[in-house]
Amino acid sequence: MKNTLRQVFHAPKFVTGFVIFVLILLTMFIYPLVNPGNPLEMIGVGTFAKPGIYVSMYDATNTSMETLRLPDADDKRLDKLLSQTDRVSMIDWFDATGVDITGLDLSDTDTLLTLWNANYDPTVKPKGMTQAKRNYFKRLDASIKQINASDTLIVSDQAEDGTLTEVRTISKTDYVNTSQVANVKALPLGTDNFGRDVLKELVSAAGTSIQIGLIAGAVATLIGLTLGLLAGYVGGTCDDIIMFITNIFTVIPGFVLLILISYSIGQEQRGASVVAAVIGLTSWTWTARSVRSQVISLRNRDHVNLSKLSGHSLVRIILTDILPYIASYVVMAFILQVSSGILSEAQLSLLGLGPKTTEVPTLGLMMNWAMLYSAHTNGSWWAYFPVILTITLISFSLNLMNTGLDQVFNPTLRD
Amino acid sequence: MKGYRKYFGKKILWFLITLIVAVILNFVLPRLMPADPVAAITGKMAQGMTDASAVQEIYKRYEQEFGTNKSITEQFFIFVRNILRGDMGTSFSQYPRKVSDIISSAIGWTICLQLPAILVGWLLGNLLGAIAAYIRKGFDKVLLPISLFLSNVPAFGMAVILLVIFGVTLKVAPIAGGYAFDMIPNFSWRFIRSVITHYQLPFWSIVLVSIGGQAVGMRSMSIYELNADYVKYARFLGIKDRKIVGYVFRNAMLPQVTGLALSIGTMIGGALVAEIIFSYPGLGSTMYAAVTAADYPLISATTLIITIMVLVVTFLLDIVYGFIDPRVKAAQFDI
Repeated sequence: MKNTLRQVFHAPKFVTGFVIFVLILLTMFIYPLVNPGNPLEMIGVGTFAKPGIYVSMYDATNTSMETLRLPDADDKRLDKLLSQTDRVSMIDWFDATGVDITGLDLSDTDTLLTLWNANYDPTVKPKGMTQAKRNYFKRLDASIKQINASDTLIVSDQAEDGTLTEVRTISKTDYVNTSQVANVKALPLGTDNFGRDVLKELVSAAGTSIQIGLIAGAVATLIGLTLGLLAGYVGGTCDDIIMFITNIFTVIPGFVLLILISYSIGQEQRGASVVAAVIGLTSWTWTARSVRSQVISLRNRDHVNLSKLSGHSLVRIILTDILPYIASYVVMAFILQVSSGILSEAQLSLLGLGPKTTEVPTLGLMMNWAMLYSAHTNGSWWAYFPVILTITLISFSLNLMNTGLDQVFNPTLRD
Repeated sequence: MKGYRKYFGKKILWFLITLIVAVILNFVLPRLMPADPVAAITGKMAQGMTDASAVQEIYKRYEQEFGTNKSITEQFFIFVRNILRGDMGTSFSQYPRKVSDIISSAIGWTICLQLPAILVGWLLGNLLGAIAAYIRKGFDKVLLPISLFLSNVPAFGMAVILLVIFGVTLKVAPIAGGYAFDMIPNFSWRFIRSVITHYQLPFWSIVLVSIGGQAVGMRSMSIYELNADYVKYARFLGIKDRKIVGYVFRNAMLPQVTGLALSIGTMIGGALVAEIIFSYPGLGSTMYAAVTAADYPLISATTLIITIMVLVVTFLLDIVYGFIDPRVKAAQFDI
């Protein structure tokens, strides 16, 4: 046993998979300690806030400021304020009025502004340009002037009667240290459609999904192993009956049964563990078939025949002469069942038949919400991509472990 | 030949038995659902009506039309008779459309999408796996982790990623539907081109996902066979490498055929969910709509059709397996 374990932990594939899986598990346990709280709490009011560090503007204006004279501060500010559409519109104006713009770079804000200030004339009426378009350019010019003009901002306090009292003035060279601002919130993966912290939700969801996978895998392996052993070893009518059932459940696709059963259970009773058990109940056929075929190849071996001749009981033969030979196989099958259980939950949730939505986040539910709020078409990659990546990484690590074990127990497969 | 006849006879018998059980399960399970679909459809029709007896009348009328007022055994025999006639009742959610009408408009899309995609994925995967097993060093080292990683991307995940990259960001492919939404299906060149462009993303997402798993499986099987005693013996006999490789891959393919037969249900399941992502007008989207609307004639019919599809494919694979593996015959008479 000790030797086997040492061999297993020397298989590079197994170790890689194991390390990835353990890292995921560690994140699941450590992250909630660092960032405690309810993962389903809706902290954002809008939908899909972008990933990044959020600094409270209110607190920032009340924090003591330092003056920093950074040489490129003005340029950066201009770059940020002048949007891409504004730049393209400016080029349109130059085109319409015949200004020479050869070699002009759209991202070169300085040249663009000098050209604009030199050439823009609100009284010019380029040929074919509508009144509305000319007004648009007037507004654009006004906003560009504004960018150049305002040097200081005044923050004021509003009294009940509406009078404003100046609190402080902020000039362009004022900076605050983020560590001194009372409220700074890092949202590494932004928020989802409900305004929930995606990272916190994701960590919690990964935990629930792995639990679902483990329960589903355990249920499926237990049923599959029992039926496979009985069918393979006992044979005859017993084999026929079990294979009859197995054939039926292999042919009737598991996910069809999953959909039907999940739906008949109803939204109210559908907790995460119920969904897990249902997944397990519909996915054991594969294990049963493989165990049966392994047992059939084992049952005519000499040591089994010897046990039979010695008059050992059926249970004893199965436990001592058959099970140890397929144990490694069963472990591998279990690992695969766990990863397919996680996938099944995700698919089920995507159909809207996942666990009850208000209690726990699961990877599938997160995916489902992201799709319902069309995160994929409005560019909110942080709402769905980390979820896909997590599902992939979990099942990737499990499958790597499986391949590694396979190489240890099937010497012919070794590299 | 007698052995084959017995093998196929047994397979056909099994096919028929499982078909019957599948029909029974497909009848019973949707009817265990808690929602009363007739009440739901009556509620929709009777919106704004105040006369209770009129609502009652509507309820009775629909109950009679859908046959939900009869006993469950009576319903079952009507169900079987109707299936044999190809009449699967009237849809609740898309009333008064016939279920068989909805199914027949969806099934073509699903078959044309999934069968080629799964087959292409399976063939490409096996080819890559065999090459990886034969070449081993280097090639194998790069290909295996990539295949393993790809095979673990869920089908819907691959669908979303392809959709975002090619549909939303690069705008080279349409993001939804089976054809442009402003078209009516016909046999014009424009329509066919539209169908082909809409076909690309769902097709490749299914292919990419199925390649990985098959390649990994085929690689293991081929390596296993390449190290088998008969290969060594054949080498000692001086049989040409090319010929040995032929034998090896034929033997390695056998479990892959069984593997395909066993996983075809799961693969179709994943592909159906991918269909929903693309709003592809196939059975996946139909089933999604039916589940959402508690439309039980439609659920029953969709699941039945999918089950029959899987059943037929599995049966065909069994037949193919019988032809390519002479050991099957031996195994049949072993017991």
